[in-house]
This record gives sequence, structure tokens and C-alpha cells, in this order.
Amino acid sequence: MRRILSVLLENEPGSLSRVVGLFSQRGYNIDTLTVAPTEDQTLSRLTLTTHGNDRVIEQITKNLNKLIDVVKVVDLTEGPHIERELMLLKVKANDLQRAEIKRCVDIFRGQIVDVNAHAYTVQIVGNSDKLDAFIQAIGDADILELVRTGVSGLARGEKSLRL
Amino acid sequence: MELLSGGEIVVRALKDAGVKYLWGYPGGAALHIYDALFQQSDVQHILVRHEQAATHAADGHARSTGEVGAVLVTSGPGATNAITGIATAYMDSIPMVVISGQVPREKIGDDAFQETDMVGISRPIVKHSFLVKDATEIAATIAKAFFIAGSGRPGPVVVDIPKDVTAPNHRVPYEYPEKIKIRSYQPTVKGHAGQIKRAIKTLLGAKRPVIYSGGGVVLGDASSQLIELARSLNAPVTNTLMGLGAYPGTDDQFIGMLGMHGTFEANTAMHHADVILAVGARFDDRVTNTTDKFCPSAKIIHIDIDPTSISKTIAADIPIVGPCDRVLQELIDQLGCSDDSQDESAITEWWTQINEWRDRHGIYTKPRHDASEGNIIKPQDVIRSLFNVTGGDAFVTSDVGQHQMFAAQYYLFNKPRRWINSGGLGTMGFGLPAAMGVQLANPGADVACVTGEGSIQMCIQELSTCTQYGLPVKIINLNNQALGMVRQWQDMQYSSRYSSSIYEDSLPDFVKLAESYGHVGIKVTHFDELEEKMAECFSLKDRVVFMDICVDRSEHVYPMHVAPNGSMRDMWLSKTERT
Repeated sequence: MRRILSVLLENEPGSLSRVVGLFSQRGYNIDTLTVAPTEDQTLSRLTLTTHGNDRVIEQITKNLNKLIDVVKVVDLTEGPHIERELMLLKVKANDLQRAEIKRCVDIFRGQIVDVNAHAYTVQIVGNSDKLDAFIQAIGDADILELVRTGVSGLARGEKSLRL
Repeated sequence: MELLSGGEIVVRALKDAGVKYLWGYPGGAALHIYDALFQQSDVQHILVRHEQAATHAADGHARSTGEVGAVLVTSGPGATNAITGIATAYMDSIPMVVISGQVPREKIGDDAFQETDMVGISRPIVKHSFLVKDATEIAATIAKAFFIAGSGRPGPVVVDIPKDVTAPNHRVPYEYPEKIKIRSYQPTVKGHAGQIKRAIKTLLGAKRPVIYSGGGVVLGDASSQLIELARSLNAPVTNTLMGLGAYPGTDDQFIGMLGMHGTFEANTAMHHADVILAVGARFDDRVTNTTDKFCPSAKIIHIDIDPTSISKTIAADIPIVGPCDRVLQELIDQLGCSDDSQDESAITEWWTQINEWRDRHGIYTKPRHDASEGNIIKPQDVIRSLFNVTGGDAFVTSDVGQHQMFAAQYYLFNKPRRWINSGGLGTMGFGLPAAMGVQLANPGADVACVTGEGSIQMCIQELSTCTQYGLPVKIINLNNQALGMVRQWQDMQYSSRYSSSIYEDSLPDFVKLAESYGHVGIKVTHFDELEEKMAECFSLKDRVVFMDICVDRSEHVYPMHVAPNGSMRDMWLSKTERT
């Protein structure tokens, strides 16, 4: 099952490599990974998506907690949560295609953030399914390149991951 | 506040961390620290002959005392040579701090001479690591390193220090922190009360209980609590390879080691148990055999300080995270005031069954020597003789292979921290340097290194260190002229095709070799001289003695789990007999 884990991490050199190393060392999967400092400059917040059965996810959570640099770990998928991912996508846009792609972008509430004579650069924000759906939707268009940030997420309500 | 150079701070912080002995090897990036060492006498540095030995020696010190071992090496090859020893300590949860020199800060990343990314290379085999960027951070970092290494589930910590950070011309105020607090690191100090209650109920309801205790009981100094609990439950106790000595080996309730080369009664009792109390053990693959077939009718209570050890390979029914001594004490206390009581007739019946298994022994209770085979020495009898001569009270280190298993089976350890071996990583070459660490930390004690002619050659250069520092360890070399355990597997699984496991005529004369270092060499070839020569060995209190003992080349270690696809109770009991 797919899980979103949120990790508060000491903002120290090498701390990210410990997290990534743990996954490769123990044969766990990382599907997406995003990390940046928080409002507290001594802490980074890392969000990763992974998949595995309950036993594996439990071990992942426990092993993350065991890392000295990890302050807190929470599995967002255990409760109601919001997840977002941002995708930038450069797509060939000539003649008739231009209107069709624009329509599609509007339907997905995305934006065209760069334009030239032969291509659009499109920005879409949403959960990962929505991003996948957009790629499906413009199926015939010629995608020149595509980049996704990976998932970020927060628990709904007042629950928060902090010191 | 006192102003000190970075090099001086390293040494002073080691002293303030309680280090008496620092095992190491100098080199360019560590020279400022070595110069500071030269100018003081609080921390004694011991020069080994290879950095691997420094880590094993510090490891032996740590295992035998419970203190944090300390190592100092230089950058590059010094650091990489230490890696095997760090991994050994990591696998067995041994507290150790390894300080490595690093190239100067501005050269990091340039592929400078003797540069290696020590923090990167060691990352998967350390509990934590630090790269010190400034002289003002050295003392606090070393203090943190010792705190992390020795607390919670212990383990090795690397502190990598660039050369310019230790430079003598840059002096900064020295302050060793009195208290250490790390917001992201708070080991559990107490077991969960509700889980302990459930455990009590389950233990008292057990008809066929077994206590399965591991290295965590030794590391957590929980031996006395383990004994008290086992006595009050009248439950059989089996120890893992790492746990030997935590429960007295000569006690009636002790049913021997379990696992791949465990006793028939321990493995069979585990298989039939209805409740297993696992304490400080981690259900290692060398214990469980095939996990799907592991102890089919047992409820499992698992006490461990490290939550990741719980339900990793075998799911626990009642997990209890906490230090072994504390949790066992709580169990003992609550056992006294529980309303439930044991089914004593079931326990009696269980013991009758276990004693029946005991009588069908898979290991030999009488001398293994058989006069009809001539004067040949069986390796098991060497260990028995070692036990007799040392009164069962020696520190025994070992290398890895058949000799290790024979020592584990036949030397009945009655105290924790006496059996010092590389259980997890299985590091050949561990025994001799570990024995040096034990000997230095326990002056006057009998320290025996049980080894084989294969393992001993992996760190044999340390005979020179023994000479320099007067470390009178006794080397018990079970010489069968082959890599015995490899050959055993080749006998059992590869139709005796001895691929690269035989030394032919290439072995040195170990007696002369020992003598060339200034030690005593004794060769033993006949069974009838074994006991006498063993006694002679241990009568030479102040000398290193190398006992080169020619043993039966065809001997196998039994019992041995049937693998793959076997359960706990599936064992070979001899070359021809299996359960």
C-alpha cells in the first residue's frame, strides 16, 4: 500500500544521506522524496512516499525514528490529510493542438507558465492521481519534458508535526 | 577558560569521557593529535600493527568491561582499514568511538592524498557519525559521540576530524559539557506497564515456557534479573551465541545454546514451546532457521531496547520496548503480586520432557576422544581441557569457524562478558586483537583466544603488539590444516569438493613464529599430552603462549540445523544421524 511519511530532520550536513541510505541499505522503496528547511532553520521537513505491506511500513517508520538526526516521523496516510505535488511539463504545441492543450490545462485548473511558437510549459498542482490523469488526458500531445516535485503533505485539522 | 589546540582538545575530551586506553595507528592527518598524546599521560595509546586490530581491541575492551572502546586512526587507508572492525561492533551492538583524521577542510572533495569520505563509507555500519568542522566543536562532539555510543542500543560512532581543525597554532577555549541532551535522541528507559501486565499473565499461563536470551542481556547488564526471573518461573533458559554467560552455563535450568549449532534440547524445546520469552535477542537467521516454520505453537513475548528488532523477522505477540534490566525487574516485581499462578504439574511435565531430550544429547557430554582412533585430538576435548584448566573462569575470545562453535558449545560460561566473539558479522581475525583489548582492561585475568590456523593468520601481526605492551594472552589454535567450517559445508553440500579450503603444506611453523616475536610456542599432537600442556600454558602467567594443537581434520560441528527449509527441531546430530 502507498504511504506518505513526513519526517522532521535535523538540518545537518549528511542527514539526508542517512535517510536515503537507510532505504537502499534495507531494501525499502522510495517512490518520491522532497525535502527543504522549515520555518525553524535548524529543522528540515522531508516527505516521502513509499509502498509495502504493513510489516515493512512499520519497520521503515521504526528505522527512521532510530536515526539520530530524525526528530519525528508521522505516517500521513494513517489519517485525513492533504497532499499536493507540482508538475511542470513542456509540450509541443502547434496549430490546432494549441487550443486543445489550453482547454485541457483549464479543465485541470493548471496554468501555462511559458509560451513560445512551438511549445507550452504547463504547471499543474494537485495530488499525484490528478497529475497522472493530466498526462493521460493530453495523451496525443508530444511531451518534450516533464518534472514533478514529489509529494508534500500535511495532516488535516489542527494536528501538526512539530517539536 | 583554558585555551587548547584542536589536537589537545581531542585528547583532553577523551580523558574527560573516561578513556584510559586508546587503540590506534598514526598517520599524516592524525599527527597533530598524536603530538598532543605524546605530551600527556592520562590517555595511554596502544600502537597496533593494523587499524583493523585497533577496532577489535577496543571492541574486546568494551565487551569485557561495558565501557566505550576508543580508537584513533588516520585518514584514507587508516580509516578504511578500520571499517571491518566498525562493522563487527555495529552488528553486535558494541559501544565504540572511532576518531579518524581527515584531510584539511579546504582539500575535502579534491581527491587529496589519503582522502576518503569516512563519514560516507562508514554510514551504513555506524550508529551515528560526525564530521567536525571547527576546533570549538570538538569537545562537545566527542562528548556526544560517547553518549550515543554507550546509551540505548549501543554501537560504534565515528568522529572524522580534518587535520587543520587540530592544528597546534589555533587555540580555543576548552569546555567539556557536563550534561548531554540531544533532542532527536531519547532512548526508552522503561517498559510499557500494560504490556508488562500482559506478559505476566502469559508467562504464568504457560505450560511449556522457554526463555530465549541474547546479547542484549549481556550488554544491558541484566544477568542477575534474568536469573531471578528464570528461577521464579522455573523455566528453561537458552542463550544465543551472543548471550552466552548471561545465564550460568552449568546451571540445571540452562539447556544450552540454541540455533544452527545449538543443542538438541534447546532447539527442540523452542520448537514445542507454547510461550517464548525473548530478551535482548533478535531472532537472527542463525537462530530461527526457516522463519515460516519457527516455533509454530508459541506466543512470543519480546523485550528489546531497540524497537526495530521487534517483529523484524518474527512477529511478537507481546512487544516490550525498554532496557532489559529494567523490564526484567518490573516483571519480577509484578510476578510477586500477581493473582494468577502457574500450572506446576504442567511445568514438571515439561521438565520431564526436556530432560528426556537432554539424555538424547546432540553434543557430547563425555570426552569425545575415542581410543580406537589412536592418539588423535578431538577439537571438542581441547575446549573441555581449556575449561578445566581455567576453572571455567577465563575470558575467552574467538575467531570465526568451527573452533568458535566448539568453544560456544563446550566452554560453559557462568558469567556474562566472558565470551567475546564476533557473532553478527562473523569476522575472522577478531580473536587475537580482541584478546589484547580484554587483557589490557583486565590485567591478571586469564585470557584465551580460541582460534584456528585460518583465522589467526588474518591478524597474526598483532603478536608484535602483545610483545610491545606485555599482553600475556594465550592462543589456543585448533589446527586442522583447513578452513574447517568451509570444509564442513563442502562435505555436506558440495560432495566434498574442497574448493580453496585446504592449506596443503603452506602453513608456517607456529611455534617458531611465536618464538620469533619473543613468545612461547607449544605444539600438541597427542591426546594424552593435551591436559598437561594446557596446564603448562596457563602456568606461564606473564607470557604470551601460542598453543598449536593438531586436531582431527575430519571433525564436524554438530548438532547442525537442516537447511534450507528446516524448522528449529530439524538437525543433523552427527554425520549420519538426523532428527
